Amino acid sequence: MKELRHLIEPEDFTLAELEDVVDHGLKMYDNPANYAEACKGKILASLFFEPSTRTKFSFDAAMLRLGGNLIGFADANTSSAKKGESLGDTIKVMGYYSDIVVMRHPKEGAPKLASHYSSVPIINGGDGGHQHPTQTLTDLITIKKHKGQIDGHTVAFCGDLKYGRTVHSLIRTLARFNTKKFILISPEELSLPTSLKRQLEENFDLEIKEVRYIEEAIDEIDVLYMTRIQKERFFNEEDYLRLKNSYILDNEKIAPAKKDMIIMHPLPRVNEISPEVDTDPRAVYFQQSELGVYVRMALICKLLEVGPYVRG
Amino acid sequence: MLEVKGIQNGIVLDHISAGKGLTVFNKLFENTDHSVVLLMNVTSKNMGTKDIIKIEGTTDVDLNVLGLIDSGITVNIIKEGKLSEKHSVSTPEIIEGVIECENPRCITNADIWATPTFKLVGKNGRLEYACDYCEEITKYKI
Repeated sequence: MKELRHLIEPEDFTLAELEDVVDHGLKMYDNPANYAEACKGKILASLFFEPSTRTKFSFDAAMLRLGGNLIGFADANTSSAKKGESLGDTIKVMGYYSDIVVMRHPKEGAPKLASHYSSVPIINGGDGGHQHPTQTLTDLITIKKHKGQIDGHTVAFCGDLKYGRTVHSLIRTLARFNTKKFILISPEELSLPTSLKRQLEENFDLEIKEVRYIEEAIDEIDVLYMTRIQKERFFNEEDYLRLKNSYILDNEKIAPAKKDMIIMHPLPRVNEISPEVDTDPRAVYFQQSELGVYVRMALICKLLEVGPYVRG
Repeated sequence: MLEVKGIQNGIVLDHISAGKGLTVFNKLFENTDHSVVLLMNVTSKNMGTKDIIKIEGTTDVDLNVLGLIDSGITVNIIKEGKLSEKHSVSTPEIIEGVIECENPRCITNADIWATPTFKLVGKNGRLEYACDYCEEITKYKI
């Protein structure tokens, strides 16, 4: 019998499974035509209770490239959630209409709740400031492609480390992959949540260095992960306006960096990376978006047990 | 000395730290229809003073809540006037539906189908619980 698996947080997969999805994603990137019919006859329901461009279209593109079909909504106002329907009911019904669900929700823990009621695999496409496991897969495939391996790098996170769900998911996963040193660059108000920092320090043998400015650590970094300071995560406008321009990366700031450092960003970018950096060979954020499609293709195949993951 | 008769069928919560009896009463028995006696500042050989609660007619008590308030409490189940079972309580590893998640963005504060469920993460007696849904740490306050 088929085993129902979900991806709610990166910890739902073992390290071997995560790396396997990344490796299959790289194979799909190299030879997409080999997988063009892997999801023929399958339907992906994409339920976006919160707006998204990249994640939604990346999943749509992934399913279409696998030969599958799509249903869903991109705005909670056009769904029955607007009428007060509970998430459990929405998800139960989706199990009849589709083979797999990807959802984004403003409330933290919503995909986990959905997984309790679902008869089909649920993929968390981002829940509030909590987790974004498929961005983590996107980040892992980018690191592997550009640095040859996932582990062994000094990884810096810059910007909003408090509300940035992509940071939370990735830092935990890289800690599991035995990353020994993290550099955290943020204003005090947007520093990594204490609970997460404690979790990392108690469970892993690693060093966390906290600095206020990029310049203080730029020459030590192998992977620089930039983030946007997001308006929607703030309860008041004043705090947002005060902090939004805190960190802007430009050519001058990256001049002392290692020649093989890579600059990543989950996108969308606002002004935290100056456009002049785009042509630097170390800037890989657009390719990161591209690779996200292929790693999501591999994930869909894994959860549906089709294509390279077909059983027997 | 104040005397209270024994009960026939029900529960005696013994060894409640003096002063916490009222908290236990408010958390568990405020709206009960059963007969309840709360004894406060009773002389105790080991504790100096303690509180005791006796409830007649039910044996259904949420031990998890007791463990959160005072992990020294002893639960005595009485059947036909005799001690039938004795349990000690401890700080619960998992609690469900007793406390609310402090994170306003958590789904448990927005969807009635999501029962707030927590796992103990605090060490050395710290009553710190991580939400099963959003992972935010909530501290239990008496």
